[in-house]
Amino acid sequence: MTLSRRDFIKTNAVAATAAAAGITLPGIKKADAADDIRWDKGVCRFCGTGCGVLVGTKAGRVVATQGDPDAPVNKGLNCIKGYFLSKIMYGEDRLTQPLLRMTDGKYDKNGEFTPISWDQAFNVMADKYKAAIKAKGPTSVGMFGSGQWTVWEGYAAAKFYKAGLRSNNIDPNARHCMASAVGAFMRAFGIDEPMGCYDDLEHADTFVLWGANMAEMHPILWSRLTDTRLTKKGAEVHVLSTFEHRCFELADNGMIFTPQTDLAILNYIANYIIQNDAVNWDFVNKHVNFTKTPTDIGYGLRPTHALEKKAKNAGKGKLSKIDFEEYKAAVAEYTLEKASEMSGVPAEKLERLAKAYADPKRKVASYWTMGFNQHTRGVWVNGLLYNVHLLTGKIAEPGNSPFSLTGQPSACGTAREVGTFAHRLPADLVVMKPKHREAAEKIWNLPAGTIPGKPGYHAVLQNRMLKDGKLNVYWVQCNNNMQAAPNMNEEGYPGYRNPENFIIVSDPYPTVTAMAADLILPTAMWMEKEGAYGNAERRTQFWRQQVKAPGEAKSDVWQIVEFSKYLKVEDVWPADLIAKKPEHAGKTLYQVLFANGEVDKFPLDQTAKGFDNAESADFGFYLQKGLFEEYRRFQFEGPKPGHEMAEFDIYHQARGLRWPVIDGKETLWRFREGYDPHVKAGEGVKFYGKPDGKANIIFAPYEPAAEAPDKEYDLWLSTGRVLEHWHSGSMTRRVPELHRAYPNAKLYMHRDDAKARGLKRGQEVKVQTRRGEVLTRVETRGRNRVPKGLVYMPWFDASQLVNKLTLDATDPLSKETDFKKCACKVVKA
Amino acid sequence: MHIRSGHMVGHDAIQAKGWFGAHKWLLLRRLSQVFFLGLFLVGPLTGYWLVKGNLASSLTLDFLPLTDPYVLAQSFVARHIPELTAILGAVIVVGAYFVVGGRVYCSWVCPLNPVTDLAHWIRQKLGFKGGARFSRNVRYWLLAMTFAVAAISGTIAWELVNPVSMLHRGIIFGFGIGWLVVLAVFLFDLFVSNRGWCGHLCPVGSFYSLIGKVSVVRVSAAGRSKCNDCMDCYAVCPEPQVIQPALKGTAPTSSPLILSANCTNCGRCVDVCAPDVFSFSTRFAGQSDQAVPNSQHQIGEARP
Amino acid sequence: MSRRQFVADTAKTACGIGLAGLALSLVADGAGAIAPVAVRPPGVDDEHAFQSACVRCGLCVRDCPYDTLRLATLGEDVAVGTPYFIARAVPCEMCDDIPCVVACPTGALDKDLTNIDDARMGLAVLIDQETCLNFLGLRCDVCYRVCPLIGKAITLERRHNERTGKHAEFIPTVHSEHCTGCGKCEHACVLEKAAIKVVPKDLAKGQIGAHYRLGWEEKAKKGGELVPGIRDLPDRLPGVE
Repeated sequence: MTLSRRDFIKTNAVAATAAAAGITLPGIKKADAADDIRWDKGVCRFCGTGCGVLVGTKAGRVVATQGDPDAPVNKGLNCIKGYFLSKIMYGEDRLTQPLLRMTDGKYDKNGEFTPISWDQAFNVMADKYKAAIKAKGPTSVGMFGSGQWTVWEGYAAAKFYKAGLRSNNIDPNARHCMASAVGAFMRAFGIDEPMGCYDDLEHADTFVLWGANMAEMHPILWSRLTDTRLTKKGAEVHVLSTFEHRCFELADNGMIFTPQTDLAILNYIANYIIQNDAVNWDFVNKHVNFTKTPTDIGYGLRPTHALEKKAKNAGKGKLSKIDFEEYKAAVAEYTLEKASEMSGVPAEKLERLAKAYADPKRKVASYWTMGFNQHTRGVWVNGLLYNVHLLTGKIAEPGNSPFSLTGQPSACGTAREVGTFAHRLPADLVVMKPKHREAAEKIWNLPAGTIPGKPGYHAVLQNRMLKDGKLNVYWVQCNNNMQAAPNMNEEGYPGYRNPENFIIVSDPYPTVTAMAADLILPTAMWMEKEGAYGNAERRTQFWRQQVKAPGEAKSDVWQIVEFSKYLKVEDVWPADLIAKKPEHAGKTLYQVLFANGEVDKFPLDQTAKGFDNAESADFGFYLQKGLFEEYRRFQFEGPKPGHEMAEFDIYHQARGLRWPVIDGKETLWRFREGYDPHVKAGEGVKFYGKPDGKANIIFAPYEPAAEAPDKEYDLWLSTGRVLEHWHSGSMTRRVPELHRAYPNAKLYMHRDDAKARGLKRGQEVKVQTRRGEVLTRVETRGRNRVPKGLVYMPWFDASQLVNKLTLDATDPLSKETDFKKCACKVVKA
Repeated sequence: MHIRSGHMVGHDAIQAKGWFGAHKWLLLRRLSQVFFLGLFLVGPLTGYWLVKGNLASSLTLDFLPLTDPYVLAQSFVARHIPELTAILGAVIVVGAYFVVGGRVYCSWVCPLNPVTDLAHWIRQKLGFKGGARFSRNVRYWLLAMTFAVAAISGTIAWELVNPVSMLHRGIIFGFGIGWLVVLAVFLFDLFVSNRGWCGHLCPVGSFYSLIGKVSVVRVSAAGRSKCNDCMDCYAVCPEPQVIQPALKGTAPTSSPLILSANCTNCGRCVDVCAPDVFSFSTRFAGQSDQAVPNSQHQIGEARP
Repeated sequence: MSRRQFVADTAKTACGIGLAGLALSLVADGAGAIAPVAVRPPGVDDEHAFQSACVRCGLCVRDCPYDTLRLATLGEDVAVGTPYFIARAVPCEMCDDIPCVVACPTGALDKDLTNIDDARMGLAVLIDQETCLNFLGLRCDVCYRVCPLIGKAITLERRHNERTGKHAEFIPTVHSEHCTGCGKCEHACVLEKAAIKVVPKDLAKGQIGAHYRLGWEEKAKKGGELVPGIRDLPDRLPGVE
């Protein structure tokens, strides 16, 4: 076996590498106990858990961090990514200057990256935006944003696009992660985000994990769940997944199911509850409507794809009312035998799970993330779980909680709440509803009809439109979508490099995406700006700017607001629209959107003493506060109550608050009297997101995956994360210790599958799908034990772009990609 | 020394045969030393693995195992029963040296030889004289000692200090401070004892000399009748005591073959002999033209 | 040469050789123990036996596909020329086909080792509980997740975190019956100095005296009481006849 034979030079290099691997990045001094470190409150940069941290700065540098011992989420603890927070900003290849592809001093799509000034960069951008809008209208410009944007970054971006450029072609990377959850929240409850909170981890006695590997992806929440299992009598843990991961170690009932059959399992559980008379009739009669969803809805592929042509109801999701008997009959076919046979899970295990849900004495908390959401029937499967909780009334009270965990630090707080999705506006409003647009236009002081009523291009569609030349100017902020989006070979890369298009990428580091761009903007990150994140339990947490960004790097919000100075209303709005608000004529978008008397109404002296605020200093007003307070107007003046937040200044004093925050109090459980201020005395439970206050039970059947293994491509390919690395690894792979702990991606494969292909552990292999191939190495041991017929590969590794392989099939309703299921084969390299 | 003053060793041979003719075997031998070292270095330097391992044990072209019989014998004495691969490798090595001469290892393969030859050469150039004198048989005592320690300690103890393997392994796998041991041997040969290491002490050489007792290829003084007693062969020979019985054999039936186990078949005597007295031959070759009675130049065994 | 001189010379030589032998024995003795940071390749059960067998050829080094192994040079705390690795620098990747053992011509690396899980290169020991992040309640457990025998050689023992009151601590625990000493844990430990280290088994393991047996284990082994038929009389309790 020859992998990389030692050569003569290497002999000495090994020792050098070893030494290098152990050392920390240059310049980071060991934080000593000396009191000259300034400590301030912050939030972890990584997952949706939202661990509170204290950030230590000294001489203009973050030199240390600690878990905030009083933060309610983590009580001073961190996972291993959080332990290395202080190193993520100091990678040696931080970008410090705008870089434009140029030849002979002029922009050239095939030129070399050349440093330019911000003014030059914005001028080039302005030309491109103006030209595209003039030629093809506002739908030819777009933006891809992030669940890692701060709250005001997302808000400013959404406003800039939807109100300023009049383009709804803005979508966040949360599309890849939470869109299915959002869709299901809206369909079942009419309002986004979980009704429960992390306290359910202590209140519940039965935990069910549906396609969530909390042990690795939500490490601190997992330690809370584990503690309850450890200390509470009778507590039990059920884990369902398509392969065995670390959560199975705690599982009292671990179940490996065939991909896509979660749909059948959930319908079986509903059937069991009905058959065994475990329906909570009091709850169901008062608070639930029965509905069904159209079936045979396709797979969100290009309309020309055979699967889409075949689908009878491609993309349809309008619910129709049914009665209980119809619902009962619909789930009746999902018997224990059938569910067991389809899923491959032993019948007694499924029955044990169904009993746990049915048992009125058990308090059940269900958790899920990407296993449910990255699913071509993601909205359905989310809904099927709500069905189970609604049938038993196990919802919206301590310990009884279906809880959608988020992957990103502000998937909730930013991506979902401030309206960065292609179809949304701030505070749960949507562009399709005239009343919602009207409300937004009023708050933003825009002429009626400014905001287009048609949803823009969602994430996957954006890449398709780039490739097709319909989306021509494209700005990517705070994510690494070339690495993250599916089917990179056929859609993403050809789209970015399409000669018709101009691609702008803002990032602190030269990511795969940045390198595929035409203009790279250097970005200030995390503690280099004042920020706010909203975690999975609706907790909004603020931090102050702790240090200056390197070189000319500027925060995303600065980039958006500053760039808005380069466009005039006349450049982007039609004359008849301007005529409706003549006072906007001749103004820049900056004046209309940001220096509008609202956003700029808080003076500089309100910023925190002793702390920098680069953006506010530049613009001359307290930008973040202005944006946040304007956003709050949506919460209080908009047509959809329930998202209320406290005043800006309160958040700088508190360790995060769970909205709705009304009368100075947080809300832990929504929809329930006594806990939720929107439920009046005597109402008991009220799902006030829906006009009749009732939640929807939505029947949806099992339907097959978009692509399943066949003779040629004979394995399921599932992708995902690892604890050590955050998403595409652009931060964590620059921390030497984390890099050493998990240097490269590998392919987890069953020993027998490897053997059958003549592969040895550690051997280099090609993973091939119909869309491309990737070189990696086989792993038959370790943290993930995959069943025969399935392989799992993490996507953090920029040197092994697994998304060359994935299929861009999405849930037709949520438009979220199924990164967990496609067909592949594995051959010797 | 019995070297005529003003006479340069090898001068006559160069006159007679030209410089290349007078250095043919020396050049071949240096080439051989470089070649054998090179075989081991091709892999680490180019990634194409002709030979893996080192002189202790190696694998050529992923097929041919070769093992140093001396190391293996120590391992055996240290109570380890080696795997068949190693035994087979040692048998092949013993077989090969049985044919070409036991101490051919020393002069044609051993990487330390150029080092000690250099020390000798400098010593001659600078005219260093004297130094410690001790018996050439000390090496056999040392050889026995290495086996004794192996037996007592149960380890291949000699390999902890063996300068030969230290050098070879060092060049191929990395030295550490192992080069100090090689330097010590060099300085010992230069300042303390002429041809001290290879000629008197080295147990590796002495082990291979045991094979040489019965090996086939031999230097023959077949043309000993032509000897003009210039003494150059004695001057260049690393083990000059081996020449006398063949060149100046007293009995009429005495063989012109150099049968001593310690002849390294270096061929230097062949080079420096202007009248071409010496040539490579085999143990089974016929008699010489004639015996040379009454030699005027008996060379004592005690010669250093 | 006179008989007297011969005897004298022989005696001198013998003394010299004797001294040299003694010196060599001392060197050999000193080289008998391997430095605690150095780990032998798979298939070395006994360091002493290994030193009787290893000819220092480096064939194992050459066939190691991960450049893990190296030959000791003079000046290192490992018998010169013998193969070893430093887990913190490059650990053993536990190849299924164990190419180093296959390459060994002498059997110094035991050819009977065909399942790498049976290798015992050393034993991982969580040496510093005071700095181990998991002992402090953090969720590092990198050592556990890199362990090729995860869940067997290293398990996470769950413990209630008294300080926070609502988190569990996950205590990395090494099990000597499974740990191969591959060193992946030590290599991956994210601390500036590893809290978990692979050390020679002799150094890592204690030994219970042969004079004492664990009652519950003996009972389990036998499948019943070792001394059958021992009676237990009922306790007198209020209200019970």
